[in-house]
Amino acid sequence: MSTPEATHRGEATPRWTERLRGIGPVLGLVLLCIAGTALNSDFATVDNAMNVLTRTAFIGIIAVGMCFVIISGGIDLSVGSMAALIAGSVIMFINWAGPALGSPLVAVIAGATLAVVLGAMFGLAHGLLITKGRIEPFIVTLGTLGIFRAYLTYFADGGALTLDNDLSDLYAPVYYASLAGIPVPVWVFFIVAVIGGVILNRTAYGRYVQAIGSNEQVARYAAVDVDRVKILTYVLLGVCVGIATLLYVPRLGSASPTTGLLWELEAIAAVIVGGTALKGGAGSITGTVIGAILLSVISNILNLTSIISVYLNAAVQGFVIIIVAFLQRGRR
Amino acid sequence: MSPTVQGTPTRGQEFPMETEALLARGAGVAVEFDGIVKAFGPVQVLHGVSFSLAPGRVYGLLGENGAGKSTLMKILAGYEQPSAGSLRVNGVAQQFANSRDAQAHGIVLIHQEFNLAEDLSVAQNIFLGHEKKMLPLGRRFTATVPRGERGSLGRPGASSTGWLLDDAAMEREAAAALAQVGLQIDPRTKVRRLIVAEKQLVEIAKAVARRARLLIMDEPTATLTPGETERLFRLIAQLRAEGVTIVYISHKLDEVERVTDDVIVMRDGRFVTRALTADVTRQQMANLMVGRELADLYPVRDEVAAGGAPAMQVRRYTVPGWAQEASFEVRPGEILGFAGLVGAGRTELFEGLMGLRPGSGEVEMLGRPVQLRNPRDAARHGLTYLSEDRKGKGLHVDFGLRENLTLMALERYARPWLQPTAERAALAEAVKDYGIRTGSLDVRASSLSGGNQQKLALAKVLQPRPKVVVLDEPTRGVDVGAKRDIYFLIQRLARDGLAVIVVSSELMELIGLCHRVAVMRAGRLVTTLDARHLSEETLIAHATGTAVALSTAPETGDPHVHA
Repeated sequence: MSTPEATHRGEATPRWTERLRGIGPVLGLVLLCIAGTALNSDFATVDNAMNVLTRTAFIGIIAVGMCFVIISGGIDLSVGSMAALIAGSVIMFINWAGPALGSPLVAVIAGATLAVVLGAMFGLAHGLLITKGRIEPFIVTLGTLGIFRAYLTYFADGGALTLDNDLSDLYAPVYYASLAGIPVPVWVFFIVAVIGGVILNRTAYGRYVQAIGSNEQVARYAAVDVDRVKILTYVLLGVCVGIATLLYVPRLGSASPTTGLLWELEAIAAVIVGGTALKGGAGSITGTVIGAILLSVISNILNLTSIISVYLNAAVQGFVIIIVAFLQRGRR
Repeated sequence: MSPTVQGTPTRGQEFPMETEALLARGAGVAVEFDGIVKAFGPVQVLHGVSFSLAPGRVYGLLGENGAGKSTLMKILAGYEQPSAGSLRVNGVAQQFANSRDAQAHGIVLIHQEFNLAEDLSVAQNIFLGHEKKMLPLGRRFTATVPRGERGSLGRPGASSTGWLLDDAAMEREAAAALAQVGLQIDPRTKVRRLIVAEKQLVEIAKAVARRARLLIMDEPTATLTPGETERLFRLIAQLRAEGVTIVYISHKLDEVERVTDDVIVMRDGRFVTRALTADVTRQQMANLMVGRELADLYPVRDEVAAGGAPAMQVRRYTVPGWAQEASFEVRPGEILGFAGLVGAGRTELFEGLMGLRPGSGEVEMLGRPVQLRNPRDAARHGLTYLSEDRKGKGLHVDFGLRENLTLMALERYARPWLQPTAERAALAEAVKDYGIRTGSLDVRASSLSGGNQQKLALAKVLQPRPKVVVLDEPTRGVDVGAKRDIYFLIQRLARDGLAVIVVSSELMELIGLCHRVAVMRAGRLVTTLDARHLSEETLIAHATGTAVALSTAPETGDPHVHA
């Protein structure tokens, strides 16, 4: 019986924890920035800020897509491997298409498009296996985590796939150029985040994603096309991985078996640190963006100072995600 | 846990000597509430409640949702602690830290919502936390503590020596407890495979097996069929004869009248009055609960325009394992009831029609044949369904009222961006139209009382403006006042030309509300009775297959059989 007496108690607690969910990540970021400034004078410079944001862009873009998947109650462990395989495929394609099509520019544009298309297709495959195939998302994406990376290693013959020099020069601005003093990847990150926020909060689709994550049965009974909505979240994430990869390729101009390693950890961590419940149902894009920035600020501070070894970067991220999950526990 | 020295069960010391002695004699438990106050944060829900319960009597605890009866009983059973006031059990002041503490004194609360581990067996659930153990090689450790006449579970610890589970003994005792509540299933069955009514009976068996001396039942018959209810009443009589004290919480006043010795009425967190059940009428009970005169519960029945085309026609619809070749029709403005025992296939028939289960047959909406593959198809063709399971399938309790209300008709508010202002306006209108009582529009659905949640759920399934709406148990777990509101709402909907199908286990509700009632038995739609022929007796007769006149369909056996 949901008597008022049971409810009032339920009301009183979430109110401040909910506020904490919104403020927590911001507070953490501010504290980290203060610490960073105190520890190293180079931290609080425009150059460093742009550097951090540019590095955040890849994970941040993927995290926006991941946010949808997690809110809907799913998970995708394969994003790092997927990024690596897409990067390798795009490099092979551009290297072939440059001479074959006669126009390096067309080749690069087609390659960038291919990245997004491949991402969408991989996402579609995930979505279909999970909904129509009725396999747990954890299992499906654990499987493809292995598959994607193995195929990249196979294509690269264990080494690296490298973009041809002239093509690489043409592609480079996508990563290295700036618009109005802000690097291109940061712009793209910003645009993806805004679009993600609008979709999540201002469209019927976004509402359905939250409804499914909150209680899939209720959503199904309320005439929501659960399968279609879920498939779309994975497609959306795939597209985000594609976009992140097309920005990443010109950075090094190559893809190897270590490309995108542990990106899934960082993307999921960004979403969770941003206050989205791993059980699904509720979450925010703003929080996710802040979470992503927070994680790269941590690694930036590790780089600039010598308190903790840089090699322990992933460990610090691991600790952060566990601590945040600890603070979130029992909230629902 | 190390094997215990003979004769000193590890947990035995928890019993005060008097209680120990009383338990051994099998006496009931006397309880005195003295000025119990309970506040959750700033909200006070109990304002100094004082009354006492004598051993071996059956008490009906009455009150509307929110009257504080559940909270008071949770305090008695150790789930909550009072903010002030004292609780005396057999004359000794007690402060139970948790439900285990209370159970050690023989006080057991059977929740309205089940606390069963779905993947464990019935026996494992009955003994959960009180497992019987043995030493290896089947050497059963015999405790030398005197045992009660009924099982030995009531004494946690007495049988928990050794370190291997004694499954055989647990299954044997579970079977005995199940037999007592009249549930014939293998104790090794996984709880997941049981239907709701069976789970309710398992909960009761669990309390029986724990040798409860004071048993609190919260709406125990909400999911039970008349037959199962009868068996429960016999069990209550038997327990009472053995000296067990029983607190019976129910909105069904006819049951309270039948089964209790005394009634205790609470309102707004206060004790109102107590009386011998024999001295008050049902009407008086209802009036005491709401604190005002309750006008007639059911609206006056309207006449349905004769000869109109049906809004929905179903021919030979089959849901494998649940419903066989059901045919019926419902006209605009008509309220069609569906009666039947739990497990007769009513809910499953409609879930099949909605595309939520595999099913086959002909369906016509407004004269046109349609294929309804999923609830979305159904909504598009003007058919919506309100599930009997409000929290599991009806509402997103963690969502706000606005998000819940508009979920089924979101396209109307997305052009293409969602218009929160339009949604809010719709919510304000629904709150007014459906009489949803809420302090603010910006609260979660979970903060509404059961009755108001149900009104919100009703408003939600009507948002897509259906032609036919199916309401499955629309008043389950709802207090008398809200019930009446819902009945009048249903009548208003029908008056506005909607065809309404009401699936209900409350026969009085179907009789009071419906123009016609279809009766299902063991997956078959056995008859449809019109208003003139409706009575509790005829409905029960058809639902159980004891009606002499009709019985065209052969008896297909136990209504609980399901795929």
